[in-house]
Amino acid sequence: MKTVRIIPRLDIKGPNLVKGIHLEGLRVLGKPADFAKYYYEQGADELLFMDVVASLYERNSLHDIISETAKKIFIPITVGGGLRSISDIKDVLRVGADKVCLNTAALKNPQLIKDASRMFGSSTIVIAIEAIEEHEGKYLAYTDNGREYTGIDVFEWAQRVDELGAGEIVITSVDREGTGEGFDAELIAKISSLVSIPVIAHGGAGKKQDVVDVLQACSPDAVMISSLLHYNFIKENESAASELEGNVQFLKQKRSFHTFEPCSIADVKKELLINEIECRL
Amino acid sequence: MDNGKKKVIIIDYQLGNLFSVKQACDSIGINAEISSNKEDILNADALILPGVGAFIEAMINLKKFGLDFAVQEKVKNGTPIFGICLGLQLLFTKSEEFGAGKGLDLISGVIKRFPQKVEEKIVKVPHIAWNTIYKLQQDWKNSALSELEENEFMYFIHSYYVKPTTDSCILTNTNYDGIEFCSSILQNNIFATQFHPEKSANKGISIYRNWALINNLL
Repeated sequence: MKTVRIIPRLDIKGPNLVKGIHLEGLRVLGKPADFAKYYYEQGADELLFMDVVASLYERNSLHDIISETAKKIFIPITVGGGLRSISDIKDVLRVGADKVCLNTAALKNPQLIKDASRMFGSSTIVIAIEAIEEHEGKYLAYTDNGREYTGIDVFEWAQRVDELGAGEIVITSVDREGTGEGFDAELIAKISSLVSIPVIAHGGAGKKQDVVDVLQACSPDAVMISSLLHYNFIKENESAASELEGNVQFLKQKRSFHTFEPCSIADVKKELLINEIECRL
Repeated sequence: MDNGKKKVIIIDYQLGNLFSVKQACDSIGINAEISSNKEDILNADALILPGVGAFIEAMINLKKFGLDFAVQEKVKNGTPIFGICLGLQLLFTKSEEFGAGKGLDLISGVIKRFPQKVEEKIVKVPHIAWNTIYKLQQDWKNSALSELEENEFMYFIHSYYVKPTTDSCILTNTNYDGIEFCSSILQNNIFATQFHPEKSANKGISIYRNWALINNLL
């Protein structure tokens, strides 16, 4: 049987869960632990924690959040953001991560993918690719949440990542990310067909039908979602955000964007099953 | 209070995350300790052989710490062992991977890699998914899987799978994209799963609890 995974993505800045648009303009949404617990209970297949400012400041502050989460949550946890070396990877695995997600460091030093895969096993190494469409059908890979230009072709890079021994690819359409306008079908279908490893589609889910569409049209192995689920969580729960850091105005207004039809993981999965896409409910 | 309680050693061959295995044990009250020490293994009431990393590196490290003989001796003397993912594969005779060589050879069989294609269709490897487990010849009523339904979803993450020489040790099989493989085994004191029970939510944790109950470890 072939089943797909639904993976909530938790972007972290300092002590808070945040969400941006095109990976920028971060709004504070609440405490990461509250969201993680809720998604676990709702049937999330994995969780991804991304320290969205770690690369920028070369810091690594997720450790406490990870070890706290891993004590209570018995599903796989992937951690990314600011991991630059074998020893950074080792540290984050020791505090409870099951997999690590690399982007900037892998582009700067592709050998890291090979070394890390050999040392920790391919399946521990997930490579994030942040794609921005240059012109019709041409996509370039960016780093640091879509800020830094590399000039590297996304499709060539994806194949290289596969050859170097990575276990999975998260492909993010930076153009769609946070917009709720649906996935970039062309980008995801092409990546998925080019590589022999699982592909996780990310960027653009605004309603549950978008998830069904991308799975039917592009056959990725998993879908990563944030805003769609987060806005639903905010509607139904209170999560005391630390007001010490970041923009909390959005959270206080308890609203979401008109492009989103927020829903829970269970809602998404029921929709998948109705459309004969196998998953664990 | 722990004085009378049986001691379980989680074997650390220094490759990856043992945190979640330890948390799973703690959550149900198993007295578990992570160790790379041969004496600890020889004195243990039961062993957990977890699974992260590559087969070759794992065997090299087990030998480096002198743990391979300790595990073999204990298991042959009847000590319960619970292997997980790579920990299942390490119990077998050998890997077909080039240069990988021999395993602990406590169960007869080989380790194979998933094919890249089945009938011209690409198979995505690693197999990373929640997938279903189902019975073969053995009943799982009296095993650590006792609380599970047929076709329960468990979390898998692996590129290799085991092919036992005889089917009698197989507890469950799983089918990934048309390829059927052995997803757990039970042979006397040896119980092992290809999936990760500590990553398979509450149903997965029930496997730890029932394994501990069956072996009087709680």
